[in-house]
Amino acid sequence: MPINYYLFLSLALFTIGMVGVLTRRNAIIIFMCIELMLNAVNLLLVAFSKMHYQAAFEAGQVAGQAGVDGQLFVFFIMVVAAAEVSVGLAIIVMMYRNVHSVDINFLNRLKH
Amino acid sequence: MALFSALMVITSKNPVYSVLWLIITFFAISGHYILLNAQFLAVVNIIVYAGAIMVLFLFVIMLMNARQEGPTGSKRWITLAGTVSGGIFLLVLVAALKDSELKARTAMVMDGQIGLIKVLGNELFTRYVVPFEISSILFLSAMVGAVVIGKKD
Repeated sequence: MPINYYLFLSLALFTIGMVGVLTRRNAIIIFMCIELMLNAVNLLLVAFSKMHYQAAFEAGQVAGQAGVDGQLFVFFIMVVAAAEVSVGLAIIVMMYRNVHSVDINFLNRLKH
Repeated sequence: MALFSALMVITSKNPVYSVLWLIITFFAISGHYILLNAQFLAVVNIIVYAGAIMVLFLFVIMLMNARQEGPTGSKRWITLAGTVSGGIFLLVLVAALKDSELKARTAMVMDGQIGLIKVLGNELFTRYVVPFEISSILFLSAMVGAVVIGKKD
């Protein structure tokens, strides 16, 4: 499958996530859109990893390890995203406890 | 399907529906991973994202009872400006990458060994063992941080 399709698919996903971050007012939905952008990047990394692997495969190499790095990076991105979500949601819960809202218009000042 | 459900994520008024659409998006992305024969990442994606993270989001949303957006809903011009700028961003990137030299390259589909757990695990615990340990420390600190932040003071 041509790499272009994956490229455009993840571009579109990333853009949708970006539009969501720009337009929505709910802090949780903004957070979810950030997850969407991370996943778009992950998809593109896996696609490029397979592209690299196929290039090495066609070049007649053993192709044992080519492209493994990309998939491991995706793994690490997932790890970091999980940690980020736990901390971020804790922060959102704390702000909700203080301000009783998750609307970012009310959260634009860091103290209350 | 991924695009449609991703669109529904940002257009749903109710955050709970938004989470459910996001889960569908993640399943579609996992389908792409399976298609690319990256089985380990597909399974991890479903378990970590669709399982753990989305359950966390649902818990927080239901905990806050934040069904509707507040009195200051999205203003029209903000929505318009965000959509237009996102569209321009997409247009620029597509135009830049349309004629790149990658056009002739293809990704290997339904074949290849590198997505399997055996190869990935072998690589992860030999060349990438130090980042792996560092990420475990990151997890520990994130856990402690979440507990400290969430603690009632």
